[in-house]
Amino acid sequence: MLGYIAKRTALILPVVLGVCVIVFVLIHLIPGDPAMVMLGQDASPEEVARLRSAMGLDRPLAVQLGSFLLRLAHGDLGVSIFQGEPVSRLVLKQLPATCELAVASMLIAVLIAVPLGVISAVKQHSLVDVASMGFAQLGVSMPVFWLGVLLILNFSLRWGLLPSVGRGKPFLEGLAVLLRTGDYLPLADSLRHLTMPALTLGLTTAALITRMVRSSMLEVLHQDYVRTARAKGAPERAVIYRHALRNALLPVVTIVGMQFGALLGGAVVTETVFAWPGIGRLAITAISQRDFPLVQGCVLVVALVFSLLNLAVDVSYTLIDPRVRHGIAQRQ
Amino acid sequence: MKRARNKSVILGGVLIGGLLFVAAFAPFIAGDPYHMDMSQRLLPPGPGHPLGTDQFGRDLWARLVFGSRVSLQVGIVSVGIACTLGTALGLLAGYAGGWVDAVIMRLVDIFLAFPVILLAIALIAVLGPSPVNLMIAIGLVNWTMYARVVRANVLALKHREFVEAARALGLRDRAIMLKHVLPNTLSPIIVLATLGLGHAIVAESTLSFLGLGVQPPEPSWGWTLAFGMKYLRDAPHLSTMPGMAIMLTVLGFNLLGDGIRDMIDPRTRNRA
Repeated sequence: MLGYIAKRTALILPVVLGVCVIVFVLIHLIPGDPAMVMLGQDASPEEVARLRSAMGLDRPLAVQLGSFLLRLAHGDLGVSIFQGEPVSRLVLKQLPATCELAVASMLIAVLIAVPLGVISAVKQHSLVDVASMGFAQLGVSMPVFWLGVLLILNFSLRWGLLPSVGRGKPFLEGLAVLLRTGDYLPLADSLRHLTMPALTLGLTTAALITRMVRSSMLEVLHQDYVRTARAKGAPERAVIYRHALRNALLPVVTIVGMQFGALLGGAVVTETVFAWPGIGRLAITAISQRDFPLVQGCVLVVALVFSLLNLAVDVSYTLIDPRVRHGIAQRQ
Repeated sequence: MKRARNKSVILGGVLIGGLLFVAAFAPFIAGDPYHMDMSQRLLPPGPGHPLGTDQFGRDLWARLVFGSRVSLQVGIVSVGIACTLGTALGLLAGYAGGWVDAVIMRLVDIFLAFPVILLAIALIAVLGPSPVNLMIAIGLVNWTMYARVVRANVLALKHREFVEAARALGLRDRAIMLKHVLPNTLSPIIVLATLGLGHAIVAESTLSFLGLGVQPPEPSWGWTLAFGMKYLRDAPHLSTMPGMAIMLTVLGFNLLGDGIRDMIDPRTRNRA
């Protein structure tokens, strides 16, 4: 199995390389000269030419790509034009906020979707089923930013319950303070800020996962082994949770993993609506300022995290499903 | 079960039929979407202005009615681009096999490594914000699902008797692909395209919301919603109404796509 994991990891290397090349080419196709952007409109052509040469922009594109990949291998993503700081430092500074939002959203999504999907499948065609499928259909049709606006309108402006923008203390920091000193205020502040953005992303994701859990459960509930379990007199609870749900959750793991990546993309919009200081907002600001290295860094980091998540999903299959593990062992 | 499926198609059809009607007859059912009247700004829904007015006193109903044309146009063209590109590459990959398949599928893997909206944002940054570029960007980020589905279908079809027979008759590969294989992969493509229209309209409104899509003063649902956020306290209808329009449209396409899939796919036919 270790061999499979190593092989699967080796397979994402060409993908990662392809991602780096596409991002590099895309950013270099952006109209406008980075040297000109850095120096401003008043710069003389000589100054621009000097800076272009210093930045290596006068070299052939293939040479630039080679040196870009070489620097990338050393973790060097370049320097932000506007902030003058290394891009890697800026991205790493914002990344925890995005991860916090994505994890909280996924937690909300799974907590809603799994029970709802299971109940819908078990009580197919009941009122609960119709209602939860209605919720799911509305959820997948609702643009993320509109849900965000509706939440702000009601929870912030109308009822004044939650702050509409910004991030409080980082969640983990708040938790640490609570555990160390017993002071719950930083954690409460963190949760108050996190609730609406996480609900926005979480509810739309929950809709998608609910449909997946329901259809996967329905498929499993019609299998022979479920009928056998019932026939041998196993209690209905055991049939549903021990026999059906454990098997139905396999495709759900895939969709959760893939959705986690999509959450990173969805965070771009949610972070803009709630002024959440994450990597998505950083990317949007960088685009509006034409800060090329920063745009490149943000897109690259998100795509790499996305690829690694897909790898994790594949590997997790071998851990949770003995059939997959057995199949790999047989092929080897 | 059959009734539930039909309901989904009917409801989706009604929503999309309504949208097409509104878009086709926009000049007859709404006034000028560009007409400003500062004495009438930020009015709530009421007589004269069924959905209220915006910050320049323009009629919101007219803005949304004409905005439906923009959304539909971007949706249809971008799905057309994604569908054509994805189907062609999927057909080629599945039929040719070997290194052609390997290269195309690696390209799919690379594109799938990007969250769709982020890649679309990067493309817009390259191409510049405009409706045409918006269609190209949304089309270019969505071709992979068509390629994967078509390739999988072609792989299943290419060793079937009717393809073998066509080959035995001496037909060229191009003719076999276009006349015999492609028509047999059409039903999943129709389902994907219907669902894809909803996704494309959300992508359009999202990019316009972020200021990277349709530019003012052209009426766009996403942009109107984004601008309305500045007046959320005094005129919430400016944000809620365009959002409702987007949601109903996407809901319509989703219901229609789901319904058609359930009718075509024998595996879900009994479980819908």
